[in-house]
Amino acid sequence: MTGNEILRESRAGRQAGPIAELLSVSKNYGSVAALSGVDFAVRAGEVVAVLGPNGAGKTTAVHLLLGLARPTAGTVRLFGLEPRHSDARTRVGAMLQISKVPETLKVKEHLELTRSYYPRPMPLPELVAAAGLGGLEERPFGKLSGGQRQRVLFALALCGDPDLLFLDEPTASLDVEARRGLWASIAQRTARGGSVLLTTHHLEEADALAGRIVLLDRGRIIAEGTPSEIKARVPGRKVRCRTRLAEAELLALPGVRSVHRNESERSDGGERSEVEIFASAAERLVGELLARDPELTGLEVHGADLEEAFLALTSRGAANASPGPAGRPPVAEVPAAGAAGGPPAPGAPAPHMRSKTSSQEEVAA
Amino acid sequence: MNATTTPVGNLSLPPKRNLPRIYALEAKYDMLRALRLPAFVIPLFAFPLFFYVLFGVAMKYEVGSFDISRYLLATYGAFGVMNVALFGFGVGVAAERGLGWMLFKRATPMPPLAHMAGKMVSALLFGAAIVVALFALGLTAGGVRMPLSTFASLAGVLVLGSLPFSAFGLAIGYWAGPNSAAPICNLISLPMAFGSGMWMPLFLLPPVVRQIAHYLPAYHYSQLALGVLHASNGEPAWRSAGFLLGFTLLSLLAAWVGYRRDEGKTYG
Repeated sequence: MTGNEILRESRAGRQAGPIAELLSVSKNYGSVAALSGVDFAVRAGEVVAVLGPNGAGKTTAVHLLLGLARPTAGTVRLFGLEPRHSDARTRVGAMLQISKVPETLKVKEHLELTRSYYPRPMPLPELVAAAGLGGLEERPFGKLSGGQRQRVLFALALCGDPDLLFLDEPTASLDVEARRGLWASIAQRTARGGSVLLTTHHLEEADALAGRIVLLDRGRIIAEGTPSEIKARVPGRKVRCRTRLAEAELLALPGVRSVHRNESERSDGGERSEVEIFASAAERLVGELLARDPELTGLEVHGADLEEAFLALTSRGAANASPGPAGRPPVAEVPAAGAAGGPPAPGAPAPHMRSKTSSQEEVAA
Repeated sequence: MNATTTPVGNLSLPPKRNLPRIYALEAKYDMLRALRLPAFVIPLFAFPLFFYVLFGVAMKYEVGSFDISRYLLATYGAFGVMNVALFGFGVGVAAERGLGWMLFKRATPMPPLAHMAGKMVSALLFGAAIVVALFALGLTAGGVRMPLSTFASLAGVLVLGSLPFSAFGLAIGYWAGPNSAAPICNLISLPMAFGSGMWMPLFLLPPVVRQIAHYLPAYHYSQLALGVLHASNGEPAWRSAGFLLGFTLLSLLAAWVGYRRDEGKTYG
């Protein structure tokens, strides 16, 4: 196949089909199943977040798509090619979870080297601006702060001006300020139309950056949809207000599941403080609140945020009445034999939100 | 992104990257990286130079017509080059593996061998620099006098010796963990250098050691270098060269197996 044909074919592919896909992919490390029958795709122009706790299989999925690992079963495609194909690698950029690159080399030296790998690298000034590295070009990597280091790794991922950018836990070790800074750079990049696959266990991050979220738990996709669709999965509302009502009293109100009091927000001479109340429905609760504390202020009603969505879905607790912040209840591991048996329903992925309530897993457990 | 920046209908072949430039940059930046680490560079230079001054100049003794300053020029040159290959190259590979740096590089379209080749060239050039420094010392403090062509041939043999030990270093790099590679290299290189007559002439060593020497790659390397000075042990050059070739191939095989094993364990 000539370069022209590849180019034409891949451009056509960019309009229609997925640019990266896992088809019924399982991956075992020894006896540990990191991924079990996962079907997953990134389409052109999409920003997808793979969200899950540590050990969910997020990094494994990224490594498979980058051709850094081979699947135990199933097929991996990157721009319609085998991921190790250099034409596929030329079109992706990756920010992996690596702590360090050679520390004595300067930022611009790292960029020059990585840019040389690509036939059409991003121009250096543009790259420096895109990653927010202005003024740091002459600085050795070892003399950078944590946030600056992550920006260099981000820039290295952008060197080839990739069609698809992989970001594996890009802000995992950063403080809030550095995290927001990197988010801005990522958002700037996605605004220009590139596709991104992001992994994170930061729910706020997925919500802030992604148009679609894939929830991964113990090697299986348990839910998939837009951030609001994921949030809608959780029957419940979050009511926030400043009140003098005591916690015990709030807990006794209709439909209330849990109450969080924010002590640092105490005001009015300590009489009132901000509380967050998780409840099955807001309407009756708000009525009761106002009846008991007419001077209540700052009333806000939210859909539960991704944190609650995540806890509810990963505990298979959508039908369960206590998706409280106490954490996931222990669930026995799915036997490896079942995992190796392949996905239950090939071809299942629907364009919209879907969720596997997986009653068979509960039976197995 | 390219779709938006390239005019529609432009179906000319995609631009080619400059392959030789990639290899050259890999070598350049591996050298720069190392040169900026004094703790790495200084011992590699200081060890052979210091030993040469100690045994080849200060404690110089004469055994008939045997010229120790000349002899040690060859063997400490070999020692220096070997250490760069083992510590600069082999330990370097292990250390970079620990950082996940190679994982990133493998995800790029970098030609698969470019980084390795760059590091190997870098080790070769470092070795050459040590040889040049040692020769300068030999010419001045050591009072070594020989034809320029002899110096040139000796330098050539010494620098080429970087290759088998780079291969061996690579094998250690892939089999040892990032933290154990350096001690393992020390454990191998120091006794081997001593037992191969690199530190002091073989005939001063006990007979047992002289017997074992015949099975050591460092011995054969030293003999090839000494052969240029007509000071070898009588070991035929073809046998030493053959031994080193076999040693190189075995090392590369071990490195390959180690690489596959590593890939399987960590990533695939």
